[in-house]
Amino acid sequence: MCLAIPGKILDTEELNGIRLGRVQFGGITRHTYLDFVPDAHPGDFVLVHVGFAISKLDEAEAARTYELLEKAGLVADELGPEAPE
Amino acid sequence: MKYIDEYRNPKLAHSLVAAIRHTVTKPWVLMEICGGQTHTLMRYGIDELLPPEVELVHGPGCPVCVTALEIVDKAVAIASTPGVIFVSYGDMLRVPGSSSDLFRVKALGGDVRIAYSPMDAVRIARQHPDRPVVFFAVGFETTAPANAMAVWQAKREGLTNFSILVSHVLVPPAISLLLESPANRVQGFIAPGHVCAVMGYTEYEDLVARYRVPIVVGGFEPLDLLEAILMLVKQLEEGRHELENQYVRSVTRQGNQAAQHRMMEVFEVADRNWRGIGPIAQSGFRLRPEYAAHDAEKIFGVESLHAPEPPECISALVLQGIKKPVDCPAFGVRCTPDQPLGAPMVSTEGACAAYYSYRRHSLVVVA
Repeated sequence: MCLAIPGKILDTEELNGIRLGRVQFGGITRHTYLDFVPDAHPGDFVLVHVGFAISKLDEAEAARTYELLEKAGLVADELGPEAPE
Repeated sequence: MKYIDEYRNPKLAHSLVAAIRHTVTKPWVLMEICGGQTHTLMRYGIDELLPPEVELVHGPGCPVCVTALEIVDKAVAIASTPGVIFVSYGDMLRVPGSSSDLFRVKALGGDVRIAYSPMDAVRIARQHPDRPVVFFAVGFETTAPANAMAVWQAKREGLTNFSILVSHVLVPPAISLLLESPANRVQGFIAPGHVCAVMGYTEYEDLVARYRVPIVVGGFEPLDLLEAILMLVKQLEEGRHELENQYVRSVTRQGNQAAQHRMMEVFEVADRNWRGIGPIAQSGFRLRPEYAAHDAEKIFGVESLHAPEPPECISALVLQGIKKPVDCPAFGVRCTPDQPLGAPMVSTEGACAAYYSYRRHSLVVVA
């Protein structure tokens, strides 16, 4: 139910005072309400839940997290295979 | 897809599992709150990859599962009213009420429609000004801003035929209840990342301080969950209890203030009944008096409807992490996704349905 999918904003428009945009998820494009992410613009990635963007993804933080994950992986590799139980 | 595929890297997943194995020395019980996270854990078999010291129990974070029986009965009563167009997220249709469900109402000729977004219901109300259109507004904090926006927009447009049946619940009061229960076994929590994307995590910092329990805000992909588990195990092994944020790409400490603003403009905090758990003080939302004209409970006069919970289903214990779905004698036998006894078997995010779908029921020996 709290499923939210990251997608890329393609364009934005105003309709009856509400900010909308087309957001691309892989091969699918959906109209999405962008009122809750006023600082998100075309090219940005947003997290979309029931037709609303609820968060703008922080690209720098995402890259940093992934780097840390990769490092954590390397550290575990360096520790060698696990002792048999 | 960007931000998804890279968080499903199997090599990194195995490295994280190895890191957890190297860190853990004692048994720990962890709970993921959100049903979406339960689903990921089961789908990728993460529970089976973890060392035996790390036990995962599954929390009450599936709105379909915790929507009170009386609310489902109210939905059935409203949807059965001639002329009404009843719009709902698909998951709610098969949730059993006391004597019927929305799917049966539809089969009997009721105009029950499934929507992806609450704004679809507003559009239907615009297209059918002569008919009452009711949206079933269930969900946690993640969904509340969208549902609030639908009501706000309907009021702004003067759509007097649009109303919502509110069943909104909040996560932090449920965590408090679990931690105050004498039966509690949970020693660390993965906080729901998408709830926190909206709300931020200051409420969870308060829980950490009050109950001296570690909480890590976690995402929804396998690597997110494994990293969150590793962070929790590290805290527990080191005797720390802190709020840490694993899901930094989506969650900030203050959350989404525009969404919170719209949500609190339309809703106010109120007591709520949780299915299988009972009433929890200040654990949900109701519409503010300014939006009473869009309150389906008032419009259809179903406010006083009450329904006792049936005793045959152990979902209350499953939702509190006290029992596992496979501990239930009905699991996979008298209770299946086709013939659910209780809500956790209905929603794909319910713990019982997740166990059933990913064949954890093969562990049950049928005599």
